[in-house]
Amino acid sequence: MVDSVVWDIGYLVSAALFILGIKRLSSPRTAPQGNMLGAYGMLLAVLVTLVKMYTEEVIGYELIIGGLVVGSTIGYFMATRVGMTEMPELVALFNGFGGGASALVGLSEVLNRLQYSNIPDPGVELYATWVAIGLSGIVGWVTLTGSLMAMGKLRGGFYIPFTKKDERGRRKWVNFPTWGPPWLNYVKGAILLTCFSLIGLTVQDPHNYDYIYSLVLLSCLLGILFVVPIGGADMPVVVSLLNSMSGIAAAFTGFVIGNNVLIIAGSMVGAAGLILTFIMCKAMNRTLTAVLFKSFGGGGRESVTRTKVGSDPEEVAMVCDGISKCVIIPGYGMAVSQAQHAVKEFADQLEAQGVEVLYGIHPVAGRMPGHMNVLLAEASVPYEQLIEMDEINSELPETDVALVIGANDTVNPVARTGEGPLGGMPIIDADKARVVVIIKRSLSVGYAGVDNDLFFEDKTMMLFGDGKKMMNELNAAIKEF
Amino acid sequence: MLTLTTLVASITVFVLAIFLGFELISKVPPTLHTPLMSGANAISGITIVGALILSNAEFNNGDPGTASWLAFIALVMATINVVGGFMVTNKMLEMIAGKKRRGGN
Repeated sequence: MVDSVVWDIGYLVSAALFILGIKRLSSPRTAPQGNMLGAYGMLLAVLVTLVKMYTEEVIGYELIIGGLVVGSTIGYFMATRVGMTEMPELVALFNGFGGGASALVGLSEVLNRLQYSNIPDPGVELYATWVAIGLSGIVGWVTLTGSLMAMGKLRGGFYIPFTKKDERGRRKWVNFPTWGPPWLNYVKGAILLTCFSLIGLTVQDPHNYDYIYSLVLLSCLLGILFVVPIGGADMPVVVSLLNSMSGIAAAFTGFVIGNNVLIIAGSMVGAAGLILTFIMCKAMNRTLTAVLFKSFGGGGRESVTRTKVGSDPEEVAMVCDGISKCVIIPGYGMAVSQAQHAVKEFADQLEAQGVEVLYGIHPVAGRMPGHMNVLLAEASVPYEQLIEMDEINSELPETDVALVIGANDTVNPVARTGEGPLGGMPIIDADKARVVVIIKRSLSVGYAGVDNDLFFEDKTMMLFGDGKKMMNELNAAIKEF
Repeated sequence: MLTLTTLVASITVFVLAIFLGFELISKVPPTLHTPLMSGANAISGITIVGALILSNAEFNNGDPGTASWLAFIALVMATINVVGGFMVTNKMLEMIAGKKRRGGN
């Protein structure tokens, strides 16, 4: 029998590795090492747990080994198969799994104790354990269903299986719903209060299964209602907040099983996710409450009544001849069409002619913070050319051509008026450039559901079409020119 | 056995770790926001420890009981979160850091 101090020291080392890991993840040079440290910390925690269980008593290996093998295999395949565009969805999904796992551990603990009539007498142990299980349950289930909803919204919708395929071999597509009348917030509040009362009731009557299952169902429903009214444009904030919540759920699970490494790692992730959430809200000039409780974007799409004649790539190639400065402003459309390599080729061609090329990165461009940076890095764009919003805005008045690819709301001048859903959001001043070239599939509104006056300005040239296809045609046109 | 003393000790750890988390990542360049979120998310898979402990169950006539099946599902989900999370983060960082190094910076 090994003294339990040995295990505690093992867990302590693992917690220290997590702290170092997160610290190093926040600097570009040390980030890969930070991720490795985190992974080693996790491996150590798992090994310590397994050895501890082995020295005490293992009554059945089947579930332990089966779970580890099945989980590792699925995780491995999901991580290796994923493309850069689906990365945000995958992070949301993993996040949901983390929260769901914490909730299930709590539920399993309760059922286990009920099965063996191992309910503590009223006192500190009962209150603390039951409240911790209840809280890890609420936070965990909300994280699971909320993350699944967020994943659906990031994807925008889904194909209905078994429906008839169209001429391009695709099945019927349904948009993910966004729905939220103002009274829904009161419903959510009422459900949350009911959940808390249910925890109180289970403490008083721990043998009542009805309370436990009601708590599970209501928390799952709360997660769905929490994300349903929030538009796709706000999903980065939501995923970041849910990431924070999955950490908190793990910390509460730490109270349930009495393990410090869960408490430390979980609450640290909780704090980290919250910081990121605020950074993103700040970038959009909105408060977290406005994002979460005011329905925004996705719904009530305006129909476009004005028209604009599209340009062709040859025309744009002509305009790009003999300029001295070009700023490329990418958005989600570049990610969807995988146009980053074509964009880099365009930049290379201009640079060969002596043009200064910069990239203007809006903090919330794409569907995750840093989404554009990761994509452009994949296409070997030098780090120094990626300029953040505030700095690029001082350059734009001296810019000859601003190339907007797949972005809409982040360059919409209506934001400066301070009215409407976009009111007050800082934007990249693409309209200050001499000529604005916009590559977009149509004139339709963006996620915020607001018309963009920039499209209709005289100096704007619209290239209607898929981002990658248009960029390739533009590259070909420049080569010929 | 959980007593008031151990509970207060745990709450102390909880609160201090939250403050530590706030201080740890107060400054992050935008490039690293997504990898950091993904890496932190993988670390929140630490709940795998709880799932392992509760998956330790005996099969009675082929059925370990509802509680253990739930622990098994939790273990699968937590392992996906951990393995997939660290691998995806690594993939993203290789793309950012790897390209930069070759760029000669």
